[in-house]
Amino acid sequence: MYDIIIIGGGVSGCAAARELSRYQADILVVDKEEDVCCGTTKANSAIVHAGYDAAHGSLMARLNVEGSKMMPALAKELDFAYDQCGSLVICINEEDRPALQKLYENGVANGVEGLRIIERDELVAMEPHIADEAVAALWAPTGGIVCPFGLTYALAENAAKNGVKFQFDTTVTGLTRLDDGWRVETDRGPLEARCVVNAAGVYADKLHNMVQPDDPMTIVPRRGDYFLLDHTAGDHVSHTIFQLPGKYGKGVLVTPTVHGNLLIGPTAIDIEDKEGTATTAAGLDEVRAKAGLAVKDIPLRQTITSFAGLRAHELRHDFFIGEIAPGFVDCAGIESPGLSGSPAIGVMVADIVSQSLGLEKDPAFDPTRKGILDPKTLPMEERNELIRHNPAYGQIICRCESITEGEIIDAIHRVPGARSLDGVKRRTRAGMGRCQAGFCSPRVMEILARELGVEQSAVTKSGGGSRIIVGTNKDVY
Amino acid sequence: MKNVDLVIIGGGPAGLAAAIAARKAGVQDLVILERDKEPGGILNQCIHNGFGLHTFKEELTGPEYAARFAEQARELGIPCKLNTMVMDLAADKTVTAMNREDGLFQLHPKAVVLAMGCRERPRGALNIPGYRPAGIYTAGTAQRLVNMEGYLPGRRVVILGSGDIGLIMARRMTLEGAKVLCVAELMPYSGGLKRNIVQCLDDFGIPLKLSHTVVDIQGKERVEGVTIARVENGKPVPGTEEHFDCDTLLLSCGLLPENELSRGAGVDLNPVTGGPAVNESLETSIPGVFAAGNVLHVHDLVDFVSEEASAAGAHAAAYILGGEQEADTRTLPVRCENGVRYTVPTTLRPACAGDTVTLRFRVANVYKNKKVAVYAGDTCIFSRKRPVLAPGEMETVLLKGDVLRAHADAAQLTVTLEEA
Repeated sequence: MYDIIIIGGGVSGCAAARELSRYQADILVVDKEEDVCCGTTKANSAIVHAGYDAAHGSLMARLNVEGSKMMPALAKELDFAYDQCGSLVICINEEDRPALQKLYENGVANGVEGLRIIERDELVAMEPHIADEAVAALWAPTGGIVCPFGLTYALAENAAKNGVKFQFDTTVTGLTRLDDGWRVETDRGPLEARCVVNAAGVYADKLHNMVQPDDPMTIVPRRGDYFLLDHTAGDHVSHTIFQLPGKYGKGVLVTPTVHGNLLIGPTAIDIEDKEGTATTAAGLDEVRAKAGLAVKDIPLRQTITSFAGLRAHELRHDFFIGEIAPGFVDCAGIESPGLSGSPAIGVMVADIVSQSLGLEKDPAFDPTRKGILDPKTLPMEERNELIRHNPAYGQIICRCESITEGEIIDAIHRVPGARSLDGVKRRTRAGMGRCQAGFCSPRVMEILARELGVEQSAVTKSGGGSRIIVGTNKDVY
Repeated sequence: MKNVDLVIIGGGPAGLAAAIAARKAGVQDLVILERDKEPGGILNQCIHNGFGLHTFKEELTGPEYAARFAEQARELGIPCKLNTMVMDLAADKTVTAMNREDGLFQLHPKAVVLAMGCRERPRGALNIPGYRPAGIYTAGTAQRLVNMEGYLPGRRVVILGSGDIGLIMARRMTLEGAKVLCVAELMPYSGGLKRNIVQCLDDFGIPLKLSHTVVDIQGKERVEGVTIARVENGKPVPGTEEHFDCDTLLLSCGLLPENELSRGAGVDLNPVTGGPAVNESLETSIPGVFAAGNVLHVHDLVDFVSEEASAAGAHAAAYILGGEQEADTRTLPVRCENGVRYTVPTTLRPACAGDTVTLRFRVANVYKNKKVAVYAGDTCIFSRKRPVLAPGEMETVLLKGDVLRAHADAAQLTVTLEEA
């Protein structure tokens, strides 16, 4: 019997795992996918919101502001990409100024520091490509951008370093209360734990409703479609640009990413299918049309991919974190700003669970983690020393992002490590560039097969049935 | 930092031909930097025949064609650093490269030939809606898996785009046991060579659906089907959707010259081709940096890549060995009109034209019964009837150096299509 089973290896589950790994406890994270960071966490705006948006008094507001304040130190401690580039909410209509003022006041009430309303002249100086219609903006210097993969892998790896186990390809099918905890039924057999954390993203309502059918929860997958543009477009803006919700609706954001791309989106389309991550022509058209409202001349021709992600939207639009039954802790409704709030979400879950179980701190806890070494950051001499020591760092595999074999091997042997092309991509960026893995995928497949000791034909894009190769030449004859 | 005379970036057909020509012209101290484990570039995965008809007057496979050049380079003692990626080209021509043995190293050459080739336009750049499952490959990636590794990436295949690699792969996948259901092409004409449509589609009964595109991709883990629809004025027509049960979508939707290094060095690029803007000597905006092959503009036939690259290698040799360059030579811009999309070169110095200058270009649409004409100022200096011109077939015009020098005072050269 485990002390704790965390269901869901997204950013919330991994943050909870990492915070709980400070305690003396046997902890297991289970996920239905082949890796952490495969659901809502992998496809979103990659923003650390300053915290002016969430309604004052909500749990969402509190954890957003706390999480945002924790992020800079956490990024250093766990070595992931984060940039406090600041954000701007653009008002493109004089009539909407009261809404801008209201947003400012909400942010001040939430405890967001440094907020200021700026006028057009200052705005244009900060962002030369801002729309001609922009009249003013809310400037939030504490807003930032983060690599959601990098953050989640950092949390997961640090949790693993401190003893947390991970079990993938495991779907939870039922929950049964035991005298001293819970039996977690899965498609790979039952598991038991004294305490269960429900961090199942868009599926958190299903688990919640198994435990508390009298007070059901409804999570609607809210789809967001995005465009990702090449590095060549990455400096089109230098802050995260939001549109003030106004007579044109909620608008879409335009933001640089921590890796130098430009990201545009999302839509907000409520759907029924909890796996419905397909983009639609209408959704992509909407992003295209709205992106230009706040930022002009966006070089959409430099799009390298489009994608859709699902937000776990609970109908009451707040985070739900609490022990709803003895030893069963919800961490549900974690939609935006969940990524921003994740460090604080992890702490809150850990506080609840550790008190419930009466856990002791683990004196051996190591709060640090080193990310995958990026040789590009090294001076030439050090880089050559690295290559002499390990020649795999001299071999480029992904030409677009200049990713070496050494980085890919490192990603595969981490815990939890990459087992698929997408797992390698999210950890190293190999395949994330302008050719979108056309060049490197056969080479990464070779490395995965070699390092994992499997046939190349068994290598998948993203686990499950996502085989790259279906047979050999002429095998039907 | 090591000084050398000439660095050739890329050991595919362009790089090999450029190196051979430069060596034959007297350049001793040169090196080819090639990222793959053997020279030959993408030809090594092009195992079909049809290469070399112009150059060798016989039909070779891609690897055979590459081997002839690689062999010649070897005989000439041209060093080729394999498994070596060029990381950066600086404006002062410093080349930073990396491999397992040498680590990160720098060369400072007198001249550089850019021969990095091109890459395929990926799904993301096409904005096809739907899921992002396994089973979507560019035709070239599938070609590598099938031809070099013996793996079948799918059994029921739809191909989007009728570029030559897509056509070749329609045939290859069929021969290897897959069923190719159709080739959908957005444009009302094919982007590939006529001979490939006949030999790769018609001969195997594979339908080519012109003015069609993919409007949806189904399947979360692996492709389960695609929907294609007819296109009018660039938009899918509602009600024309047709579903195909398939496990694979291959994309052959255009090739893009790979100029990240060129851009980093500050080489001026031609927005139409995506390749460097060059003069009659195939020299870019940076003196001593030359370009040839698919990095310059995408070719249909490797024979012309070799021919163009030989010229670039010879010009690079002249630059290295020639000492003082002709200063302040009059330069004519080459303009294109009436359906001529671009030309290579984009500028021309009559004084440097030699005996002939090869002008290559593509047209924007399918044209019948036209005349290709070249004007120096208002004077027609070249004219030739062309019964059919198509975007998928590169056009070549040879201009005589004497004629160009006689019109050196013209404001510009204009390449145009006229009624025949």
